[in-house]
Amino acid sequence: MSALLEVKDLQVAYGSILAVKGLSLTVNQGEIVTLIGSNGAGKSTTLRTISGLLKPKAGTITFEGERIDGKSGHDIVSKGLCQSPEGRRIFPRMSVRENLDLGAFLRNDKDGIEADRERVLDLFPRLRERYEQKGGTMSGGEQQMLAVARAMMGAPKLLLLDEPSMGLAPVLVDMIFETIIKIREQGITILLIEQNAAAALEVADRAYVLESGLIKMSGKASDLAKDEAVTKAYLGG
Amino acid sequence: MSIFTSGYQARQLRRRYLERSLGTVAAFAILFWLTINFLKSPSQFFQASLIGLSNGILYALIALGYTLVYGIIELINFAHGDLFMLGAVFSANFITIWFGKESSGPSAWGVFFLCLLVVMTLSATVNVGIERFAYRRLRRAPKLAPLITAVGVSFCLQFVGLRWNGSGPKTWDTVLPAGAFHISGVSIDYTTLFSFAVTVPLLLLMSWIVTRTRQGKAMRATAQDQDAARLMGINVDRTISFTFALGGALAGAAGLLFQQTRGLTSYNLGYQLGLIAFTSAVMGGIGNLQGAVLGALLIGLIQGLNDGLPIGLGQQWSQTVVFSILILLMAFRPTGLLGKPTTEKV
Repeated sequence: MSALLEVKDLQVAYGSILAVKGLSLTVNQGEIVTLIGSNGAGKSTTLRTISGLLKPKAGTITFEGERIDGKSGHDIVSKGLCQSPEGRRIFPRMSVRENLDLGAFLRNDKDGIEADRERVLDLFPRLRERYEQKGGTMSGGEQQMLAVARAMMGAPKLLLLDEPSMGLAPVLVDMIFETIIKIREQGITILLIEQNAAAALEVADRAYVLESGLIKMSGKASDLAKDEAVTKAYLGG
Repeated sequence: MSIFTSGYQARQLRRRYLERSLGTVAAFAILFWLTINFLKSPSQFFQASLIGLSNGILYALIALGYTLVYGIIELINFAHGDLFMLGAVFSANFITIWFGKESSGPSAWGVFFLCLLVVMTLSATVNVGIERFAYRRLRRAPKLAPLITAVGVSFCLQFVGLRWNGSGPKTWDTVLPAGAFHISGVSIDYTTLFSFAVTVPLLLLMSWIVTRTRQGKAMRATAQDQDAARLMGINVDRTISFTFALGGALAGAAGLLFQQTRGLTSYNLGYQLGLIAFTSAVMGGIGNLQGAVLGALLIGLIQGLNDGLPIGLGQQWSQTVVFSILILLMAFRPTGLLGKPTTEKV
């Protein structure tokens, strides 16, 4: 396995406050890697920095052997790094169709786009029913499906998912995690951020535990799920 | 508790009923006023409407610049009206002084269209420059900072106009075909036709760009959520620049058309017409493109009818009537005619 994404000693600051204090992580081709941690640990900040929405203070981010830290967001998307952001952030006054179109904004391969459109609509049949409905009028679960589907329309090599289960009913949470496994089966590598550590550790191959801006622990997801400290802190055991 | 609730509900119902009946009465009063005027003199009625619409379509060109910029970065760009003024002053100098065209004719019309191209390009460039140097750094600052900067830029442009055009209004000979033709008592100026012939295609082109092109799609996405737009691979900075370019180009075109149809320039045009155009944008629902055009045509029409109808308040009351209608409309529809508050779930 080769490293698709490599983050080394990443530091990110908001003004003078350091939110990420020297984080390193690796995502290999074909893996599901999860980054778990409590609220305010720096998970979303890390993901936003990888996507180029924030500039790192120090450290490197390498994607397919190429440095991408400090590059602008649209450059990074064009390399095949697509994110479904925290809070869904779908375009509320646009229909499902238009949202999906925007997911493929940088692509020119018409046939590929149409094939991917069918693929994500098969993955989330509900979106097919809501196809011409405005994003802002859909339920939270439907919006989450749209956010993931939209990210997949960018033909990602690496899909970044920020809290896809946040605020969803339990039955929808299960559905989202099942879908994450299906997405990986289609050959897409995934970096997943979650507060729902139990579910995340169940689907992931490897996991990192983030605490106040630093990686506290890392390893195989199944091992971490059994670890006493992790169980106590994140799994309510 | 239940008494309180029902009393409250009853008050609400009464209020809504009162509002609705007042609205209906006002609508009937206006309809009545229009009808008697129409019956008294149909030709005068059409004449006044035509003048109103031809003013309105000019307001629309300027109003679109306000609404485009507001739509994408929620900034009231106070400098926009002054950009229009500079467009007018530039056009006068370009056509009359630099090219020496003072009367109508094929070569003068050629200069007119050359000027249209140049003034649109120039205004677009200036507007992009203003955004780049004055507003961009303030994008994440508190809303008051870019607002006061915009007021500052407005004064800067106004003083450029003052130096260039002088402190009083200047009159110019124009190159548009003079004269008019008549259809059953209504006289239609060739200049009016001319400005429609220039403006309507510009408006259509503009709506095509926003709704049909890739750039337009990027604009709409950026307007709704900048970070999400970045995650789609949209170059947000370039998209905002493009928006300022579009608005600037329309303001430049409006400047040329104003100067050539009125034969007048003045350093404070931006304040006068800019305010009306801004009002149009708010009336139609700021941020909404069709709204800006609708608001502008309505204000033009209101002014035209009020000034030109046999039974009306007359020109002195023109602004009072326009702004009274605006105040009334805002009280009942704070989002403007076409502005809709969307229910956005987080």
